[in-house]
Amino acid sequence: MLGKLSWSDIPIDVPILVGTFAGAAIAGLAVLGLITYYGKWGYLWKEWLTSVDHKRLGVMYIVLALVALFRGFADAIMMRSQLALAYAGNPGYLPPHHYDQIFSAHGTIMIFFMAMAFMTGLMNVIVPLQIGARDVAFPFLNSLSFWMTTISFVLINISLFIGEFSQCGWLAYPPLSEQQFSPGVGVDYYIWAVQLSGVGTLLTGVNFFTTIVKMRAPGMTFMKMPVFTWTIFCTSVLIMLSFPILTVALGLLGLDRYLGMHFFTNDGGGNQMLYLSVIWGWGHPEVYILVLPAFGAFSEITQTFSRKPLFGYNTMVYATCSIMVLSMLVWLHHFFTMGAGANVNAFFGIMTMIIAIPTGVKIFNWLFTMYKGRVEFHATMYWVIGFMITFTIGGMTGVMLAIPAADFVLHNSLFVIAHFHNVIIGGVYFGYVAAMNFWFPKAFGFKLNEAWGKRAFWLWFVGFYFAFMPLYVLGFEGMTRRMNHYDNPEWYPWLLVAEAGAVMIALGIVCQLTQLYVSIRDRNLAENRDLTGDPWNARTLEWSTSSPPPFYNFAVVPVVHDLDAFAHDKEAGIDTRAAGSNYQPIHMPKNTAAGFFVGMFSLILGFAAVWWIWWLAAVGLIGVIATVIARSSNNDVDYYVPASEVARIENEHTRNLLAAQAAE
Amino acid sequence: MKKKILPRLSSLLCLSSAFLLAGCDWALFDPKGTVGVQEKSLILTSTYAMLLVVVPVIVLTLLFAWQYRQSNTSAEYLPKWSHSNKIEVVIWVVPSLIILFLAVLTYQTCHSLDPYRPLEEEANVKPIHVEVVALDWKWLFIYPDEGIATVNQVAFPVNTPVDFRITSDAVMNSFFIPQLGSQIYAMAGMQTQLHLVANTAGNYLGESANFSGRGFSDMRFRALAMSNDDYAAWVQKVKAASEQLDNSNYPKLAAPSEANPVEYFSHAEPGLFDQIVAKYNNGMVMDKSTGKMLHVQSAMSDMNMKE
Repeated sequence: MLGKLSWSDIPIDVPILVGTFAGAAIAGLAVLGLITYYGKWGYLWKEWLTSVDHKRLGVMYIVLALVALFRGFADAIMMRSQLALAYAGNPGYLPPHHYDQIFSAHGTIMIFFMAMAFMTGLMNVIVPLQIGARDVAFPFLNSLSFWMTTISFVLINISLFIGEFSQCGWLAYPPLSEQQFSPGVGVDYYIWAVQLSGVGTLLTGVNFFTTIVKMRAPGMTFMKMPVFTWTIFCTSVLIMLSFPILTVALGLLGLDRYLGMHFFTNDGGGNQMLYLSVIWGWGHPEVYILVLPAFGAFSEITQTFSRKPLFGYNTMVYATCSIMVLSMLVWLHHFFTMGAGANVNAFFGIMTMIIAIPTGVKIFNWLFTMYKGRVEFHATMYWVIGFMITFTIGGMTGVMLAIPAADFVLHNSLFVIAHFHNVIIGGVYFGYVAAMNFWFPKAFGFKLNEAWGKRAFWLWFVGFYFAFMPLYVLGFEGMTRRMNHYDNPEWYPWLLVAEAGAVMIALGIVCQLTQLYVSIRDRNLAENRDLTGDPWNARTLEWSTSSPPPFYNFAVVPVVHDLDAFAHDKEAGIDTRAAGSNYQPIHMPKNTAAGFFVGMFSLILGFAAVWWIWWLAAVGLIGVIATVIARSSNNDVDYYVPASEVARIENEHTRNLLAAQAAE
Repeated sequence: MKKKILPRLSSLLCLSSAFLLAGCDWALFDPKGTVGVQEKSLILTSTYAMLLVVVPVIVLTLLFAWQYRQSNTSAEYLPKWSHSNKIEVVIWVVPSLIILFLAVLTYQTCHSLDPYRPLEEEANVKPIHVEVVALDWKWLFIYPDEGIATVNQVAFPVNTPVDFRITSDAVMNSFFIPQLGSQIYAMAGMQTQLHLVANTAGNYLGESANFSGRGFSDMRFRALAMSNDDYAAWVQKVKAASEQLDNSNYPKLAAPSEANPVEYFSHAEPGLFDQIVAKYNNGMVMDKSTGKMLHVQSAMSDMNMKE
């Protein structure tokens, strides 16, 4: 009846997990209680959970990302603390069974549910506004993507309290991840969580590719598209090319585990090398999927706060596109030590370092955007400058790793860990946080507190160097990754320094949460409110509408005359909003709960499949199919906003604008 | 801004120069064999080449941000300027030249440091053959020429090339002696090769670099590089051991164990390594020198495999 599931799978003998469960349960009940107390269930359901509005979905994605950051970081600081203790015979406080789950969960959560969700949230909030569209091409699919991502994160967290998570690292290399060596449910949790979220990500890629190709405002040719939109375009292409590879890789691993097949087993003709090749065929493009949007955000922010247009727009576009192409041609550099021939290794090594050229060009472009500008040291700009310094170092160590003969001694060491945190924190995370600070007023109508933003930056920036520079040293000292305990006295002091860095980063996260709290508390203060919709005197279309934008984004679809459309209109004195014009009825999608239900049924399917509860899996699968059929047969999915309603909303905004100008 | 960033930058530069100069007691910067020495020099050369562009970028970032800060109204401000062919040429050409240099270096070192390539420097010395089997969670070393085997300890004479043939009878591991140089994966049913040499006598850390499960952290061995006489004595010591390794007690050794002590076997079943490879390949093993598949007569193919 319950498949493999039994009472002994609930880890009540592990105090850390019991404590975590109690904490999570209390916090969860508190949130649910507050919602009930304020009677917000209806509002939450109608306005958020069933919303197909890209802005609301974007906000929910970012909330998900912040929750995932919290979970992923808790894993990180537990690992650092373990290694600060587990020296010279001290086993530390995390036995391998628990520690191995933690590093596997840390990587999986940070990549799939922190970084991917954060990125998808940002592109949701920004891209349709930036290209002058009223929503994405497929609003329902967008909602579906969000729910698939969310329930996958829920599934991973269920593994904390029911059963166990994978102990095979974030990419679950076979044969370790095969039934023979990992008979528990951990790897199955991993497979199902990543597979289900992969559905969401793939649909997001399709959605934004279509949106950018088909829904740009009139006049916005490709070479007049803002750089952030360009990066999302390239990211969407990479998602469409690479996520199916991930699905296949994990699908084959799943067939091995569930049906006893032999794709990657030691015996029966299986080949573990094939898995590495396939999974990295996705894995390497994935890092560019994450970092390209950060590059886009840096471009928008640097030009805005330097008070001049981006240097070398064309170069930036070509560089982005060449990175997109090259990123598909480098995956073998993740396993130079597998015994490929010298020429194969040399090819992939050289392809990898060629990517450094367009990336370097981008850095120079941001440099020369500041050159002869008027750089405003807004909190957002701190993250940009911190990025340029940190990412350059990360890029350098990346090229070192790209040289196969150097990789032969650096591979799988803490040097690699230092390198990819160097580019993922220093590049991706700094970029997303900068973007959040920059676009926050657009989404909510008030600015984030700068003082707390700067405190968060300094703690993250300094904390990063303390946490990860020692890891470079440890790599040179021959310490390999994923070690649970050690007895080398030379490693010990460096691991203490790294622990100190992790504590600083923890304080940085506290500052970010405080920043959110203080900003929400002070949202009605005049200096924090964004009445004009253009708080930074920015250059692109999203700033031409109000903050937060009306649900239809633009009352009148803007016409684009030049790159940086809004900057052009402001200079030429064109009223981009076309205030007071004859409004037309606006065609909009209706909210739907279908995405929510497909998500919930998928969660049931995933959970049941992990535990081999086949009748329940069938319920989940049938639920998914039935919901999709019901949704597909429903023709009542859209409506028109009457022109009078548009006029009412727009006039209100105009009044706000005038009041703001009068106050100045 | 400047006050806060500049000291941090200088401490950073100190740290990075410490990487390259002062860090001579760090394993990779204190190599004990030709392969490691060349890899150290490769890491340093490539780092210096990249610093040619990395340092200017970091300095210019801080310089431009400070020079063109909003409050510095005396600095030139060109609110429309966004293109310069001259700058574009420089920013494409300079990184390209550095990468061109590194690409040539990469191609050359891929061949000269190919782990499969016998070491030229020591071509006149007859190499020692060692067969390595990664087990859950220990290393088995078989000396086919001596007919002996050891666990978690490998010894060889200095200035003598060591030809490793490597496989796994469990999950994927990576065979790595940091102070001697390159690592290579150990995979079941497959043989990988590694050629190393130690030029200084010593007792070096050996480890698995690829995570292999519960006992991974203790899956370590010592690599002893010794004089010819000491090596001969070591071989005699192993040969005097009471334990022998054959098809009957191999499964006991191969069963998972953690923090396994050093073990000596005075006799190792001939062809054991080939049998271990062949049992995942329908009894076939590739002869690396000819590339032909050979059938291995094996008691092991009848043995229960773990699955």
